[in-house]
Amino acid sequence: MAKFKETAMHYVFLLTACVSIAAVAVICVYLLANGIPTIAEIGLGNFFGLTWKPSQNLYGIVPFIVGSIYVTAGAIIVGVPVGILCAVFLARFCPRRLYQVLNPAVRLMAGIPSIVYGFFGLMVIVPVVQQLTGTSGKGLLTASLLLGIMILPTIIGTAEPALRAVPQSYYEGALALGATHERSTFTAVLPAAASGVMSGVILGVGRAIGETMAVIMIAGNQARMPGGLLDGLRTMTSNIVLEMGYSTGLHRQALIATGVVLFVFILIINTCFSLMKRRSET
Amino acid sequence: MNKITVTDLNLYYGQFHALKGINLAFPAREITALIGPSGCGKSTLLKTLNRMNDLVEGCRITGSVKLDDQEIYGGMDVNTLRKRVGMVFQKPNPFPMSIYDNIAYGPRTHGVRSRVMLDEIVERSLTQAAIWDEVKDRLKKSALGLSGGQQQRLCIARALAVEPEVLLMDESTSALDPISTGKIEELAMELKKQYTIITVTHNMQQAARISDNTAFFLLGDMVEYGKTEQIFSFPQDKRTEDYITGRFG
Repeated sequence: MAKFKETAMHYVFLLTACVSIAAVAVICVYLLANGIPTIAEIGLGNFFGLTWKPSQNLYGIVPFIVGSIYVTAGAIIVGVPVGILCAVFLARFCPRRLYQVLNPAVRLMAGIPSIVYGFFGLMVIVPVVQQLTGTSGKGLLTASLLLGIMILPTIIGTAEPALRAVPQSYYEGALALGATHERSTFTAVLPAAASGVMSGVILGVGRAIGETMAVIMIAGNQARMPGGLLDGLRTMTSNIVLEMGYSTGLHRQALIATGVVLFVFILIINTCFSLMKRRSET
Repeated sequence: MNKITVTDLNLYYGQFHALKGINLAFPAREITALIGPSGCGKSTLLKTLNRMNDLVEGCRITGSVKLDDQEIYGGMDVNTLRKRVGMVFQKPNPFPMSIYDNIAYGPRTHGVRSRVMLDEIVERSLTQAAIWDEVKDRLKKSALGLSGGQQQRLCIARALAVEPEVLLMDESTSALDPISTGKIEELAMELKKQYTIITVTHNMQQAARISDNTAFFLLGDMVEYGKTEQIFSFPQDKRTEDYITGRFG
């Protein structure tokens, strides 16, 4: 009887594992089966062109690719230093009492729906940028700031455990050489956690590039090549969401093809992440 | 000439009285061994000498510890103290960086930036720790690729690189094989020409072989302290005799 239970559970687990893998496989197949023929139909030159005007059969998504890259880079510039320093603070400097407040707060950040972040951006960051720059306030700068905040919990959540996992002997070894707590933390402990911290950053990048709702609300969404820091731009994800509702035919197919490109980006990021992890384990 | 003088030292971990009224002096340029069964307070005493006990929560100290004539629990800056009193840990703990950067860590901490000077310090420290020949061709390689014995000598070299006056060794050979242990013992004998060495050990033969003075601890008390030959040949206290002849511990 016990043996039967065990065998039964074995297959249940196998089934659940298969469901998740199948989901990924189906998404892959669906995207590629729909996307590749579309790209062929539109033509590589058109698809990777600079102009997006579906009404004139121009489906150039390069502006959105560039938009996604800009916004992600901006989020990295804003979020990575803050995130890493915050993780260092939580892991090595934070008094216990304060930690009991900050740690749940960071976790809560990860659970806030992105539409709420979008509202926050719209109501707080946009007016501030508006006032300071005299522009509409929606654009690359605002999106970078907000996404920078949004990726913080991802970075902190990975980097802090990595810092905590560094053997205390490294820290003590540095102290015993006459290093201060700060120096020991930043030059002995942090480098030892580098691969874990980098994993957090890569996950954060994945989060930033895939983010949609919050970005739509504050990025301006102009379907053209992004200009300066204060100009509006449109990302790949925003483009899909904005036009999916009313698109038909080739236009709709082009949006799915945009999803393929996005998917490739995510694949690249995940590969980087696994490589990083493997390196940290050896 | 005494390098470190401990007077009426009491140490508490919370309610626990870990060191009870310790009085002893460590002579300069000699090796002093602290022996005793586990939990007797010998490692605690060692960590008191470079204030690594500061990291232990609830640790309280009364009495006086003087390095030369300066009170280390008085005005002395703790980082200066640790520069002057280096430490080698029980388990080798090289940083996960290159051999070169491991040795240069201490000098860089204390403000040495010049490449030429760092090169010189690295070579000198590794030579002093008798490991230069083994690693000179792989200075840029990770220190974690070395064997346990090599790592421990690297850690000694790292400690020597900041030019300490005293070297504390906390059971520094207990994680090593006999050949590596032998090398480190030889090294200690060589280093005492320049440094005051204080070592904690569970290995009686080691204490007898390399130390000039031996202190025997039991349950937080210092039972006996004297010249090593004296302690091992004519122990004054029955408990010391029982311990070194292996009747308990």
